[in-house]
Amino acid sequence: MAIPGASSGTPATSEPVATARILWRIATVLEVVPETPRTRTVFFDVPGWPGHRAGQHVDVRLTADDGYQTERSYSIASPPGESRLALTVERLDDGEVSPYLTDELHPGDQIELRGPIGGYFVWDVETGGPLFLVGGGSGIVPLMAMIRYRVALLATAPNSAETLRTRLLYSSRNWDEVIYRDELSRLAKTDRTLEVVHTLTRAAPDSWTGFRRRIDRAMLNETAWPVGENPRVFVCGPTPLVESVAGTLVELGHPPALVKTERFGPTGTPG
Amino acid sequence: MNKVSNQSMEQPVVSDRAIDSLRLDGNAAAGLLSEIFASDVTVGRAKCAGCGATRAIGALHVYSHGMGMVVRCPGCDGVVLRVARTATHLWLDARGAVSIAIEGQS
Repeated sequence: MAIPGASSGTPATSEPVATARILWRIATVLEVVPETPRTRTVFFDVPGWPGHRAGQHVDVRLTADDGYQTERSYSIASPPGESRLALTVERLDDGEVSPYLTDELHPGDQIELRGPIGGYFVWDVETGGPLFLVGGGSGIVPLMAMIRYRVALLATAPNSAETLRTRLLYSSRNWDEVIYRDELSRLAKTDRTLEVVHTLTRAAPDSWTGFRRRIDRAMLNETAWPVGENPRVFVCGPTPLVESVAGTLVELGHPPALVKTERFGPTGTPG
Repeated sequence: MNKVSNQSMEQPVVSDRAIDSLRLDGNAAAGLLSEIFASDVTVGRAKCAGCGATRAIGALHVYSHGMGMVVRCPGCDGVVLRVARTATHLWLDARGAVSIAIEGQS
């Protein structure tokens, strides 16, 4: 896969206005940080980036030497207001784009991306709380943007902490595949209005006392805020997890309009 | 190199489980639809021509493949939108939507 963009006719320097079309832009890699054995966070400098909302994604376009182009969507990991745009990408062994992003990109490299995209799976302060976030695998990424955004909001408005109280239920295959593990642990320790609940579905350390199974009805019953508190629910992960969790939450009485989902398929669409 | 999606189009005999795993949310279509609509249509609401239900487009089901996307109603599985890219054009078939309402600027 060649470094894309060189032959693109898309202007990358136009200044966007609020109603402008979403432009393809040239993004320059600033830093690549390993998160887990299979995931990397890539930080980009994106000139003209208009800002984004927590939960939005970008489309990444790669162009091969022969002109063949392919696009994938990736959730934005960085919170609104941060100068560097961060994407956390899971390497899919048979993927067309993700191995390039996780293994081949180095500081200074450039790729084409467009965004921010999607106003549906987003959380703003006006959306309110409490928040119940459910993630599977790299489905944590847009939820992490929400958690990080909430941290930034509470830094200037600590009185909102109770209103925006947040629970994250995060399903991973094993402890080494928990993305943002240390950051989540640190945040939960310093903020009593943020609770992080892990479940490990394949293997767990001997000392593990938490959940060791796929997310099910009993687990959701135990961890979700009561329906009467009108929690805002965001579920992101592989399609089967998302459908099972969202369906169960609706059965438990959560209004479908408050349960927002983002599925990602085998091609690495948002996640 | 995109063979999975091409094969699934050429070979309609794909297990339900495989098809289910390809199902995405309407938000996944936001980038492609941004090439057609001036504002973010995934927060707009579409009325399904099949069953009459009105939902946010971000809450519809999307099946993505090499040429484009098919957007289906989660209620009746009817096709609401089809978007296809050819070498020269982007095609939108919206006959499955009675209406699409996008919040306007007053």
